[in-house]
Amino acid sequence: MAQIKNSKLLANPLNLQNPITVQVLGICSSLAVTVQMKPAFVMGLSVTLVTAFSNLIISALRNTIPNRIRIIVQLVVVAALVIIVDQALKAYVYDVWKQLSVFVGLIITNCILMGRLEAFAMGNKPIPSFIDGIGNGLGYSIILLTLAFIRELLGSGSIWGYKVMPPLVYQLGYENNGLMILPPMAVILIGLIIWAQRSWKKELIEK
Amino acid sequence: MKFLRNTLDKIKPHVQKGGKFQKFRSTFDAFETFLFVPDHVTKSGSHIRDGIDLKRTMSIVVLALLPSLLFGMWNVGYQHFLSLGQTGGLFELFWYGFLQVLPIVIVSYVVGLGVEFIFAQIRGHEVNEGFLVSGMLIPLIMPVDTPLWMVAVATIFAVIIGKEVFGGTGMNIFNPALLARAFIFFAYPSKISGDFVWISGLSDSTTKAVDGFSGATPLGLAGQGQFDKIPDFWTMFIGNIPGSIGETSKIAVLIGAAILIISGIGSLRIMLSTILGGTAMIYIFNLFAANQYMEISPLVQLSMGGFLFGAVFMATEPVSASQTNTGKIIYGFLIGMIAMFIRVLNPAYPEGMMLAILMMNMFAPLIDYYVVEANIKRRLKRAKFSSIKS
Repeated sequence: MAQIKNSKLLANPLNLQNPITVQVLGICSSLAVTVQMKPAFVMGLSVTLVTAFSNLIISALRNTIPNRIRIIVQLVVVAALVIIVDQALKAYVYDVWKQLSVFVGLIITNCILMGRLEAFAMGNKPIPSFIDGIGNGLGYSIILLTLAFIRELLGSGSIWGYKVMPPLVYQLGYENNGLMILPPMAVILIGLIIWAQRSWKKELIEK
Repeated sequence: MKFLRNTLDKIKPHVQKGGKFQKFRSTFDAFETFLFVPDHVTKSGSHIRDGIDLKRTMSIVVLALLPSLLFGMWNVGYQHFLSLGQTGGLFELFWYGFLQVLPIVIVSYVVGLGVEFIFAQIRGHEVNEGFLVSGMLIPLIMPVDTPLWMVAVATIFAVIIGKEVFGGTGMNIFNPALLARAFIFFAYPSKISGDFVWISGLSDSTTKAVDGFSGATPLGLAGQGQFDKIPDFWTMFIGNIPGSIGETSKIAVLIGAAILIISGIGSLRIMLSTILGGTAMIYIFNLFAANQYMEISPLVQLSMGGFLFGAVFMATEPVSASQTNTGKIIYGFLIGMIAMFIRVLNPAYPEGMMLAILMMNMFAPLIDYYVVEANIKRRLKRAKFSSIKS
């Protein structure tokens, strides 16, 4: 396999190989946790950590894992990491953990993780795998934060929990958009982001 | 007329290919075909060109909507004066309503057409006239007190998400006007439900309605369980009741339906099967009669809310409806059933017509697919039989 530069591994998933907008993975959680920015940030961070370290561990083990049971081994590693993250969140940011509820646990089923493990970590050395994991986690986080920014600003009139819409605007008849808080609007927003990205990077448009 | 023609002819060379303003060709084209019948002739072979084009079709639908619009304007004035305990002359009522409704119509048209024109310019295709009808439908299905900026936002949403992303007029899978309403319904629920939004001026807390005037729509009353307050059938049929601007008068809607049917534009099949589906569902409810809402008779139930308006103007939208004749019947029937189902059984949604039509819009292609498949199968069977016989 041709060696890819480490910087490429980090930068590609942010844009041209973005897990959400290009590979269309991990949509479920990106609809669920992006109502506000804080949970979205914590979620992005958790996924980044889990992706990076599971990539690292699986890549280190890759030559010893029997091919037929590799999915189970991958799941065990991922599950262990997710439990660690889950407990850490519970200990340090309890309120956010409560908001994220089941979605931290569901990182196990996040397609991005299994996708990276299967597509990259099983065939590459530990260090590039680690960087690839970080890159994909960040690519996921960027979209999450963009979505959360738009949804929180228009849906609740705040950013990171702080009210930013001046009261005057409300007096003039402005109202928060209730649709932004509902998951359907998140799907539409992801669609709009994909649209914008593809008119920016023309090579992404499928023929 | 002459003057218009001359001006257009003067501009024309500049906007044609190679001209100074060729970028604006689609804009120019739109205006020219709007004002004059295009003189395109097929160049080769013999084709039959229908005398009616998209623009004329749309104009007739707008014509069919006019009775609802005019009555709606009068009714807005009537309800407003009623809420203040006053009465006025016919013209006075109409004029008040006219001033309330006109801004909504203007905003809907300006914003919607603006988006259409921008997209046409960017993408280099011609401006389609599909919005002529949507722009008229949007004001008619809004409560009169909807803030104008919400109408604008909803229209932008409907035109971009509902139409342009799918490829513009003729490609939309959902009815754009209903999408605009659905957007407001979910984004700003306080502005499109409740008792105060249906009467002009009532949502302003400084105005005080006279005692005994609630401003609730028949559906709102039914939702709250005040069945004895629901107006009788004839009042609702004539339409001097609170409601969205264009849907209150069933007479005006039926006049529109007649225009659509006579001109062959609206599908009689869809209209009838929708009403039939609704009636069937009401009879099923009547049979169970578990609560008072289920006991309402079909005539009264059908004349409440926007059911008839939806059946005549929304469900029949040729693009998002089923195309096959059998499909149209299934499509309409299910719309009627689902609308009644949502209305009576789900307390969160006072009226189910919007959601029912949007839902069936989604399934229309599937219905068509199976109808066509069934047809192919039947014919194949026939072919086999006849080959065996011979």
